[in-house]
Amino acid sequence: MGLSRLNGLSDDELVEELKEISRKCRVEIIKMVYRAQAGHPGGSLSEIDLLTALYAINMNVNPNDTKWEDRDRFVLSKGHASPGMYSILAEMGFITHEDLESYRVLGGVCQGHVDMKHTPGVDFSAGSLGMGLSFGLGCSFAAKFDGSPRNCYVMLGDGEIQEGAVWEAMMAARHHELGNLKVILDCNRIQNDDFVESQMRLFNIPEKWSSFGWNVKEIDGHDMYQIIEGMRWFDENNDLPSVLIANTVKGKGVSYMENNPKFHGAAPNEEQYSKALLELGEVI
Amino acid sequence: MSNSAASRDGYGHALISMSEDPKLVVLEADLGKSTKSCWFREKFPERTISCGIGEQNMMLVAAGLASSGYKPFASTFAIFTERAFEQVRNGIARPNLPVHICGSHGGTHTGTDGSSAQSIEDLAIYRTLPNMTVMHPCDDYSTQQLTMKLLSHDSPSYTRTARNKTPRIYELNDSRLEIGKGVLLKSGSDVAIIACGVMVSKSIEAAEKLSEMGIDAAVVDMHTLKPLDESLVYELASKCKGIVTVEDHSVIGGLGGAVAEYLSESKPTILRRVGVRDRFGESGQAEEMLQLLNISTKDIIKSALDIVKME
Ligand SMILES: Cc1ncc(C[n+]2csc(CCOP(=O)(O)OP(=O)(O)O)c2C)c(N)n1
Repeated sequence: MGLSRLNGLSDDELVEELKEISRKCRVEIIKMVYRAQAGHPGGSLSEIDLLTALYAINMNVNPNDTKWEDRDRFVLSKGHASPGMYSILAEMGFITHEDLESYRVLGGVCQGHVDMKHTPGVDFSAGSLGMGLSFGLGCSFAAKFDGSPRNCYVMLGDGEIQEGAVWEAMMAARHHELGNLKVILDCNRIQNDDFVESQMRLFNIPEKWSSFGWNVKEIDGHDMYQIIEGMRWFDENNDLPSVLIANTVKGKGVSYMENNPKFHGAAPNEEQYSKALLELGEVI
Repeated sequence: MSNSAASRDGYGHALISMSEDPKLVVLEADLGKSTKSCWFREKFPERTISCGIGEQNMMLVAAGLASSGYKPFASTFAIFTERAFEQVRNGIARPNLPVHICGSHGGTHTGTDGSSAQSIEDLAIYRTLPNMTVMHPCDDYSTQQLTMKLLSHDSPSYTRTARNKTPRIYELNDSRLEIGKGVLLKSGSDVAIIACGVMVSKSIEAAEKLSEMGIDAAVVDMHTLKPLDESLVYELASKCKGIVTVEDHSVIGGLGGAVAEYLSESKPTILRRVGVRDRFGESGQAEEMLQLLNISTKDIIKSALDIVKME
């Protein structure tokens, strides 16, 4: 599963490899939104360490056979954070690095929001929040009916779970005991207008989710050791649906974007762009 | 003063202008910075209700407020109002509660976010609801003025605004602007172009080009789709050889649909509908989208010529 070239590494070596992949992805994220002068850097930077580990460790997919029936599914429900997903899809070989240049460009492989009709490796056309978990639940049902071992992974944003439909899906997943449904919550504490705390408080998310009867684990979403542990925890828990609640920093890796609601959906200017690449260890 | 602006700014200004009414309440669903209700929130936080990312809840909270004598104005992107369609249908339109919904970023003109954000059916679906008034003004000033008129409008409404700047068509406080009354921006006797929203300025451009070709085209800003200004449509149909409707919306059920429904029953007339032809958009700049979907100035001209040249 995941990236075969990483098999057999020690945990320390694996962590270093994953960190480097994430770093490269962050550079691509910044390049994409800078070129397009639009898009969503904040939530892409907060999710990317998680996506890197998910694809490198868990996802059973084949970039050369993107419609393979028994592939694991991945639903980026917070579909605006598409640069993060495109960067990891390029890293995995689903799309090329040139494809990344088509982000938000007419006729592009990389649409503003992830789109299964345009991009190989995208399993759900998102962009409207609060839809991905229900869709993922459907995929999980299908896997069960097919007698397939495939899993469905869903990435949600913390702002996104304010949508009521998410809780309908949570309830249904537990009711139907779909252990092949695995959710990552990117808890970066910021949504579109402002901090979650000011828009609609969520209070104790792990407690709420536990009360719906799911397997729940909380991690630091930028500590690669904890992330790897979380991904392995997914593999070990197949009785009931599981959620990994990842505490993250919106805009992680670029100082002026970190914890800054302004960079939810704004592109850096030229000066900010150079600064971002510098901070990400990229020589221009 | 700039001669171009985004109609969504007009909504933001209207909310502030109406703030003296103590019954005014503003509802948001984490898109206040985009719909421009954020300007009201800054000044009147105590009368602004954040609903988080929860459009369905927002619509019914607004309905509850309206039933208790408040005047709720609720906004989000046009596309996400649709998420709460049944709430609007059963909780607002059916009991005829004066909730005023503003859907910003409407149409394909909204651009590079792509098809998930480009509402091309909002005008159609809200038109189907009894009691609903449906508007799509063309600039910030007319949006501001029409929105302010909603304060004393005793039934629910849906107003679509646009994200991007387009040329200003009106002066502030133009006496021609009334809910339910189209505005004849240019008279003409050969063909009539009836447009709404961002396509009004394109229609004026088309009429100017047609005039250079010796064709006299009328242009109407049909900012209210429901109730439709039938007498104006009748007048245009009587005077001109045919009518072209123009909208950044599906040709099904929107302005073209409304005009076609009226004409075919009351005054059969040659009609061409410029609009999105039963497909979704994609990521692209506003102007690129209009080209891609064949709803640009040249398509308006082509449709007008089609009519004029008919035997
Ligand atoms: C149904 C719906 N309502 C509103 C929006 C507009 N919107 C896009 S991103 C966003 C904030 C999302 O916050 P969160 O889920 O926390 O994502 P992240 O912080 O990871 O970017 C909003 C409100 C949307 N895409 N879908």
